[in-house]
Amino acid sequence: MSSTTSPIARRMNRRAIVPHLLATPLWLVLGVFLLVPIVMIVLVSFLDYNNDGLIYSFVLDNYRDMLGSAVLWKTFFATLRFAVLVWVFTLAIGFTVAYFLAFHVRTQLWQMTLFQVCAIPFLTSNIIRMISWIPTLGRNGLLNQALQGAGITSQPLEWLLFSDFAVVLAFVHLYTLFMVVPIFNTMMRIDRSLVEAARDAGASSLAVLTNVIIPLSLPGIAIGTIFVVTLVMGDFVTVRMMGGGQSASMGLMMSNSIGLLQYPTAAAQAMVLLVTVLLMVAAILRVVDIRKEL
Amino acid sequence: MEKRGLSHVLLAGFFALFVLFLYGPTITIALLSFQGPAGNLTFPMRGLSLHWFENLFQTQMVGDFAGSLSRTLILAVAVMLLTVVISLLAGLAFRRRFRGATVLFYLTVASLIVPSILISLGIGLMFSVLGISPTWWGSALGAHLTWTLPFGVLIMFAVFNRFDRSLEEAARDLGASPWQSFRHVVLPLIAPSLIGVALFGFSLSYDEFARSSMTAGSDNTLPLEIYGMTTNVTTPVLYALGTMTTGFSFAVIIACLALVLTLRRNRSS
Repeated sequence: MSSTTSPIARRMNRRAIVPHLLATPLWLVLGVFLLVPIVMIVLVSFLDYNNDGLIYSFVLDNYRDMLGSAVLWKTFFATLRFAVLVWVFTLAIGFTVAYFLAFHVRTQLWQMTLFQVCAIPFLTSNIIRMISWIPTLGRNGLLNQALQGAGITSQPLEWLLFSDFAVVLAFVHLYTLFMVVPIFNTMMRIDRSLVEAARDAGASSLAVLTNVIIPLSLPGIAIGTIFVVTLVMGDFVTVRMMGGGQSASMGLMMSNSIGLLQYPTAAAQAMVLLVTVLLMVAAILRVVDIRKEL
Repeated sequence: MEKRGLSHVLLAGFFALFVLFLYGPTITIALLSFQGPAGNLTFPMRGLSLHWFENLFQTQMVGDFAGSLSRTLILAVAVMLLTVVISLLAGLAFRRRFRGATVLFYLTVASLIVPSILISLGIGLMFSVLGISPTWWGSALGAHLTWTLPFGVLIMFAVFNRFDRSLEEAARDLGASPWQSFRHVVLPLIAPSLIGVALFGFSLSYDEFARSSMTAGSDNTLPLEIYGMTTNVTTPVLYALGTMTTGFSFAVIIACLALVLTLRRNRSS
């Protein structure tokens, strides 16, 4: 074969190999540390186990036990509840912040500076950002001092720190910027003349917002939603630290199974979590083509 | 934009409150970490000193602070370098069509949305089945890359989507080899984005907890150490550690921003 191909064709062939070579490191890392581990979880979820460890026989017990357990379904819906609550708050706050940055800040320098101010906490430690709520929400924290000082409560509120309230607050604190960044991005690409045209045609500010800006911001909202929902669904650290044993989530349930070395149980729970998250993302991706948004 | 009425004032106020919400808690623990030895976890401040920062370096107070910090820094630098190189190569690959490009793209997105605890569990299981003990420089490194690479690759993807190819064509027309046009035309133009990717790689690894939890093996990284402290340390030494870690993150971010601004200034002059 090679003897009959012309030098030009050979050079074309060599050029066609280049992108494959360039992409190989990414394939390798994602193959070894993403694909194989997920396949491992799938396999282990069908294995039996006892106190000594895994038993290499195919069983459906893990799924049967899990899907028949009331605790699982309770935890599943508690996790969904967290996801919905956090989604509503992060969307409302994130959209408002992005709208302010994109349409009310005049100079580009200020826009970018204030945008960085919103984005920088993403690059600091989540665990420390959670710890940092203690002085505010703790039993003798600022909020309780203020409430008691103002005579609104006579005793410190115990549920400010370790509760579902604290979990949702921490999630909103940690993840609102995942809404701000993509929504701001899409808003910056909205053609300003569309907004002008709507105004000139007599649309009120509210009408411009609901008929022009919100529909055109949907891709950003979708990407932000993917981030927030998947991060909340899979979380176990925030729920454990801020819930103080009062709150439950799928991730925390998995983490507890892992702690008890019940790997097949953890793997089966992981499958429920993975399928749920993938279905949610697939539903969102029907609304938006992310390749176009990059 | 020309009308600056009530809505503008309200939105600006809302934004200010949001910034307070973002940074307020961090400022409170920074203040409380400078308390005197009688200090507590809540206000009011009791005295003013560096007592709790000195405490950090006494082994009995914070487990193995120096060891976990050095492991975390080495790991973060390794993750940063790998993230920059692999993302850049993949970004260059995606500029042309190749078999499997779409699959690889969606695999990258999947890496972003698969919950961290699944990656942690999966890698832990893989290593135990293979009979290899997990280590912070092996399994944890791989686990961190599954989180930093999607950001790096998607940033490079976006950068090359907006890249003006005529600049490279001009270089080629002037007789530059592919390597020369990459080295002298493409690389200088994308350098600021590469610094951004490096910053993501470093910071996300430096702060990662969930993906280290089952993959770091017997030696803790700093976030694992801090998490362990939250259950049994009830003094402001916890805040001192938090303040130091956050301060370090800010220093890295500011250094990167300064570097990007310098690069831009040099290019325009």
